[in-house]
Amino acid sequence: MGIDNLIGGTIWDEYSQKVTDLMNNPQNMGEITQEEADAMGAKLIVADFGAESCGDAVRLYWAVDPKTDKILRSKFKSFGCGTAIASSDTMAELCKDKTVDEAVKITNIDVELAMRDTPDVPAVPPQKMHCSVMAYDVIKKAAAQYKGVDMESFEEEVIVCECARVSLSTLKEVIRLNDLTTVEQIADYTKAGAFCKSCIRPGGHEEKDIYLVDLLEEYEKEKLANKASLGNDTTTNSFAEMTIVQRIKAVDAIVDENIRQMLIMDGGDMEILDIKENGENIDIYIRYLGACSGCASSSTGTLFAIENILKEKLDPNIRVLPL
Amino acid sequence: MTVYLDNNATTIVDPHVFEAMEPYFVQKYGNPNSLHLFASQTHPAIKQGMEKIYAGIHAPTTDSVIITSCATESNNWVLKSIYFEYILTGKKNHIMVSEVEHPSVIATAKWIESMGCKVTYLPINHEGIVDVQSVRDNITDKTALVSVMWANNETGAIFPVEEIGDICEEYGVLFHTDAVQAIGKLPVDVQSFNVDYVTFSAHKFHGPKGIGALYVKKGKELIPLLHGGAQMGGYRSGTLNVPGIVGMGKAIEQAVDALDFEMTEVRELRDAFEDELLKIKDTFVVTPRNKRTPNTILISFRGIEGESMLWDLNRAGIAASTGSACASEDLEANSVMEAIGAAEDLAHTAIRFSLSRYTTQEELDYTLDIVKKAVERLRGISSSYAYAPEGHTSGLDAHH
Repeated sequence: MGIDNLIGGTIWDEYSQKVTDLMNNPQNMGEITQEEADAMGAKLIVADFGAESCGDAVRLYWAVDPKTDKILRSKFKSFGCGTAIASSDTMAELCKDKTVDEAVKITNIDVELAMRDTPDVPAVPPQKMHCSVMAYDVIKKAAAQYKGVDMESFEEEVIVCECARVSLSTLKEVIRLNDLTTVEQIADYTKAGAFCKSCIRPGGHEEKDIYLVDLLEEYEKEKLANKASLGNDTTTNSFAEMTIVQRIKAVDAIVDENIRQMLIMDGGDMEILDIKENGENIDIYIRYLGACSGCASSSTGTLFAIENILKEKLDPNIRVLPL
Repeated sequence: MTVYLDNNATTIVDPHVFEAMEPYFVQKYGNPNSLHLFASQTHPAIKQGMEKIYAGIHAPTTDSVIITSCATESNNWVLKSIYFEYILTGKKNHIMVSEVEHPSVIATAKWIESMGCKVTYLPINHEGIVDVQSVRDNITDKTALVSVMWANNETGAIFPVEEIGDICEEYGVLFHTDAVQAIGKLPVDVQSFNVDYVTFSAHKFHGPKGIGALYVKKGKELIPLLHGGAQMGGYRSGTLNVPGIVGMGKAIEQAVDALDFEMTEVRELRDAFEDELLKIKDTFVVTPRNKRTPNTILISFRGIEGESMLWDLNRAGIAASTGSACASEDLEANSVMEAIGAAEDLAHTAIRFSLSRYTTQEELDYTLDIVKKAVERLRGISSSYAYAPEGHTSGLDAHH
């Protein structure tokens, strides 16, 4: 939150001057006809990407010198918003005088950087990064056409977030190294999911094969599996035989793993005050915090749930007493 | 020249409304609930303002018109009250809203759905009008509320609220309508058909922002939303917005007075403008004119993405709107266009022009000229109208 978030604003305020200028006056907008290409002794490539029904579409024209593979002329036509048109224009510009192999290396990030007024200020707002992605895709399509190969052959790795071009392998590695548990953390570490948000979970602007939530779930499962195998290896004392410090630690661990998340989601929490033996019973005194204190179910449903989990995991004689 | 054709978003405050409000900022600023002359000074104006608001929707004085801060608050309130009163208690388990309601209804319905209530999203037909039969098909004795807007903000389509009200009455189901786009554009009389709750907002009919209202029929009470100093009969606490009430009263009075003008003069201006727009090749309007509010046009220009069109209009000083694609945070197509099932390639091309009684012929002539230039320029850029060599199979038709 904060003042900027509260005020909001319009996406146009965040366009760079270059984006604005290119939208007003695209430099490489146009077509290359078969006759023009023939006259240049060049091969005409016409590649399409996107669709009007998806909100943006681009047609890229290249005149390529068949002897040198050099792109002699590069033009575009585009259906889309200001960012889509400016990105297509910049992309067509970046293709000029490059060989087809060099052009394939141009990414949407290069396009965005080229549209910046100053190196450290983004050219478009985050949700608009998506509109520059098709500029990258259409190059691959044009190159594939020229070389008579499949478009996918240019993709060296699986890209999960296209806006920020973050690969599956990078994401897996960063999640594990930093023990990430939320999509916000992933965005902070990698920028993946920070732009059009399609890759976060199903239901976004674009359908994906892999979502960030899937990767988090996979890592979560992996952690649990590791924990389970560790638990089997070590022989632990029974709860009744533990010292008071060990008992509190053991209870805390169970609460952390099974209960706390649930309480925090409802805006509350709990703390362990004391553990005492009362005849056969082992009484665990707890205190509810936040929204839990005063919640009706804190002395009924929630309490029974906590007690049952502790009984099952630690000792059947446990009683949980909220203070 | 600047031209404001976004009156379904908000309107200019009528100078008479502004004038009526002015004394209640610097001169008569008392808190109406205090016990002194500063408070008493405000009472006649509040009474008069409230009477005008009641009269504006022909509400009996025994019913309630509760002042809120905006239509979003009114809509949230009705749905959440129904949730607490009927759903949470287990008395009912179902509500219905149209699929093209304002976000303040849809998002609230989704929240209620997340709390375990069944929600039916009523479909609209090819004309953009909610299907009455679907209300009948889905209503049960476990339905707590039907909420369907009076007129749609995007298309201007007028929904059959009378018929829906009848069905609700037949089944003993509460009926709410969001009349934000109806007041000042259509006759609104809460006694002329069965309706329990009606939402409206001053800034849509040349009143100030920050004040809305919720009509509640006698006996169809609500759970208080804001607890506190028991203003508004204890239903909505919070210091009364005196200038707002005065302004809304004056604005609704004028809107009702201007209704004939709106339904004749504004409609004629709109129709003539629309005729000219439709002369441009490859343009489409969905809802038939006689089924729309008199001030609204939602029109598609094939091959031109909505935000691009707004861009060119804006450069020429013209304000219009698009709910589509890149202009919004979520990049999604215009939800109404999608719901109508408009040709897929048109879902991102819709532009809304919404007029008011302040719109002039001169402004529309200028706008038409700019639209024509924008269409020419943007179709020149568009891949939809681009050259392809012989034998090229377009790859732009399929989804990516």
